[in-house]
Amino acid sequence: MFNSTLRQLGAALRAKEISSVELTQLYLNRIARLNPALNAYITLDAEKSLAQARAADERLADGDASDLTGIPIAQKDIFCAKGWLTTCGSKMLHNFVSPYDAHVIARFNDAGAVNLGKTNMDEFAMGSSNETSHYGAVKNPWDTARVPGGSSGGTAAAVAARLCAAATGTDTGGSIRQPAALCGISGLKPTYGVVSRYGMIAFASSLDQAGPMGRSAEDLALLLNTMAGFDERDSTSLQRDKEDYARDLNKPLNGLRIGLPQEFFAAGLGSDVAQAVEAAIAEYKKLGAVIVDISLPNSRLSVPVYYVLAPAEASSNLSRFDGVRYGYRAPDYTDLTDMYEKSRAQGFGAEVKRRIMIGTYVLSHGYYDAYYLQAQKIRRLIAQDFTEAFRQCDVIMGPTAPSTAFKLGEKGDDPVQMYLSDIYTIAVNLAGLPGMSIPCGFGANNMPVGLQIIGNYFGEARMLNAAHQYQLATDWHSRAPQGL
Amino acid sequence: MTWEIVIGLEVHAQLSTSSKIFCGASTAFGAEPNTQADAVSLALPGVLPVLNKGAVERAIKFGLATGAHIAPRSVFARKNYFYPDLPKGYQISQFDLPVVGNGQITIQVGDKEKVVRITRAHLEEDAGKSLHEDFHGMTGIDLNRAGTPLLEIVSEPDMRSAAEAVAYAKTLHTLVRWIGICDGNMQEGSFRCDANVSVRRPGAPLGTRREIKNLNSFRFLEQAIDYEVHWQIDTLENGGTIQQATVLFDPDKGETRMMRTKEEAHDYRYFPDPDLLPLNISEEWKEQVRATLPELPQAKQARYVANYALSPSDAGALTASREMADFFEGSVKSLLSQGIGTLTSSAIPSAEAYAAQVCNWVTGEVSAQLNREGLDIAQCPIKPEQLGDILKRITDGTISNSGAKEVFRTMWAEGGDADAIIEAKDLKQNSDAGAIEALVDEIIAANAEKVAEYRSGKDKLFGFFVGLAMKASKGKANPAQLNDILKRKLNG
Repeated sequence: MFNSTLRQLGAALRAKEISSVELTQLYLNRIARLNPALNAYITLDAEKSLAQARAADERLADGDASDLTGIPIAQKDIFCAKGWLTTCGSKMLHNFVSPYDAHVIARFNDAGAVNLGKTNMDEFAMGSSNETSHYGAVKNPWDTARVPGGSSGGTAAAVAARLCAAATGTDTGGSIRQPAALCGISGLKPTYGVVSRYGMIAFASSLDQAGPMGRSAEDLALLLNTMAGFDERDSTSLQRDKEDYARDLNKPLNGLRIGLPQEFFAAGLGSDVAQAVEAAIAEYKKLGAVIVDISLPNSRLSVPVYYVLAPAEASSNLSRFDGVRYGYRAPDYTDLTDMYEKSRAQGFGAEVKRRIMIGTYVLSHGYYDAYYLQAQKIRRLIAQDFTEAFRQCDVIMGPTAPSTAFKLGEKGDDPVQMYLSDIYTIAVNLAGLPGMSIPCGFGANNMPVGLQIIGNYFGEARMLNAAHQYQLATDWHSRAPQGL
Repeated sequence: MTWEIVIGLEVHAQLSTSSKIFCGASTAFGAEPNTQADAVSLALPGVLPVLNKGAVERAIKFGLATGAHIAPRSVFARKNYFYPDLPKGYQISQFDLPVVGNGQITIQVGDKEKVVRITRAHLEEDAGKSLHEDFHGMTGIDLNRAGTPLLEIVSEPDMRSAAEAVAYAKTLHTLVRWIGICDGNMQEGSFRCDANVSVRRPGAPLGTRREIKNLNSFRFLEQAIDYEVHWQIDTLENGGTIQQATVLFDPDKGETRMMRTKEEAHDYRYFPDPDLLPLNISEEWKEQVRATLPELPQAKQARYVANYALSPSDAGALTASREMADFFEGSVKSLLSQGIGTLTSSAIPSAEAYAAQVCNWVTGEVSAQLNREGLDIAQCPIKPEQLGDILKRITDGTISNSGAKEVFRTMWAEGGDADAIIEAKDLKQNSDAGAIEALVDEIIAANAEKVAEYRSGKDKLFGFFVGLAMKASKGKANPAQLNDILKRKLNG
């Protein structure tokens, strides 16, 4: 049951082979057993989850079920969910119970899915290892001495360890794709604007995008069908006709032009990762794809550009956490300024403070032109590189991350080393393109390797088609961590 | 040696939308604290702004009414600073690309006209309120006002006296109400002025300015500028220098006092708000809004002078507000449409004559009574058509001017129809020439001595005869007719 696809689970629920309450309870039991070692969840609320499961069973009995009705889905703790503690991985929101539902949560609720719990994450989604969470690091289910990646590390670990049927993540610079790669699961970041950001706690608004994380491309297509769609409450949400992201899954890949950017296979890429990715490319050739060598010359600037723009937006987005209206407030203070300073000093962790300071600096009078404005210009050049590349190819492929999962604490003292783990994913956010990661083998220490697939704008269905055909031909995606 | 005073104004006009600029919460004034603060007003985690089109339309209206440039593309920016009544820790405003640029308005100071240039007008959200009283040393926060739409209107430093600054503020105040974008209620803070004041020797470069914040009445605006100008001149003449600063006006003391210097000014770290798309205004949208603009005060004034031969100052008084102009035009129209001839001629008086008569009444009797009762013209208990009904009975000779005033007072207090009041109060005047002649003959016969005195040159006695005749007619003789007949007979 824990290895079933979403379609199989949906069929079993509709056929009354199992009820949603039973299925939810099975997952809750497994979570109770395995989560203490993994720390994938921040908040569990069996009563709430089971109440939703009961409602789903009624819908199933009434024959009013959607693809996801009754299926237990975990939600990254960045999404506000009515009545649920919503912490964003921070002490700052340790007591914040959301009075409203994020768009994504509402869509899952409308579909009748069961919210199984809120997954752990790097504090305010700032991190690539899940070690910045106020609620403790998440362990990689393949090797609990290693990180699951971040910031959607709790979700990635929960999916890999079968602690949920599927889950949500968010991706600002690689926060869906990198943990998906490190945990051996599939994850998709849609084109910017496809999924509403309403109710998703903002890190860097012009880069943040929610997406599905699961065990197969087919599952991701079903999840994205639920998550995507115009929302008038998000001005950057795109008004487009509804599409079925599963519609092209079964198309053959004959003639598919795969672009391989030379910059993604240069120095800095682990040889074990390179091997696995090259093997995946060889598999695609067998499936009829054509390889095209491309170049993304400005992508080498994406990490520095990102670490100007994302902190700039974050420094402003996180100003609302001031201890005045909700969230953490320091217990003792002498006056207003002292209250602000102590609440924020005690409520935020080191990485968040680092980024607030960087962001405040680059927006300051006298530095704005040199940093923020310059970074915006380069951001446009990076996007143009992709536009140029997509004249020659249909999808771009390469490694998701330069290495497999590293050890907990290994990069803790060196933020730049940590930032470089997103070197292949960040450019995609800067350009607003869709990207995904699927498992494509194992590295030197038997840790999973992710293959990154980048699509053109609104190319989600094509990316999912390429991923699904690969998953029909290989079984990397169905491997599960042993010994849990 | 003289000093030249240089003043520029920044006016915050609260736009009259029923919901806030970036969310659906109500903007109504005076509700219980925080009852109009939804998730967006509270800046809960995860909420996003959505621009209110009505606020944009009001900004476009203002731009069109001031002959300004409406930016086809403008950008919302975040102005970052911490304050408890600023829930997001930033204010959404516009910075380098405002929606309105380069407009102008004409002001009247005495009998002199002057053009004041408007640098820009931009859309932004208001903050909430910090309440420092009633909380025993703590501060209460009311976020009802947070997110209320404002249009910040920035003038060039074109004004040269407090009187000009007040005239500009008043003209702007009239205009924003006229075009229906702001209720202009200064007590509720719907129209607030900041004044940038500096002084210089004529011909010298601009002096260092100080900004007086948050002036919420025209009187305070004038007092604050006057005080500030004297202070700056005194400082300079005593060998001091002016530091750029923001000051507050204390109306009780009539003084300005320092709030912060330039060195203490915030670095607002403006940057484009990534939650909002650039605001694009098409020609089509602009033209749709233009079609909703009413005739503007200056166009109306020009028309009153050209078509009704009113004086510029009367035309100005009648266009003090749109309601005032509507009232005036309503009365004139009602008179014209009824086509009443005069007592002596069936020819209908000219529009000019009607307009002059209505103008006298509106700027005289009507305005005086409104002032006495502290009402504005929109609350006038007498409707324009009703005033027309009174005036037409003067024109056709039914009542005298003083009779008309009595009808007016009665109608004001009790309502009712003009003719019914004339009937009930027995105000119809006697316009029967034969009867008046007979009455005059009797008086002349009974006062031979006085008649002789009058005829020997004692003109002042004329009033004496009018009085007697009026008394004899029980006040009902048509005064104009009575005068004519008396004069003729006495001189005869």
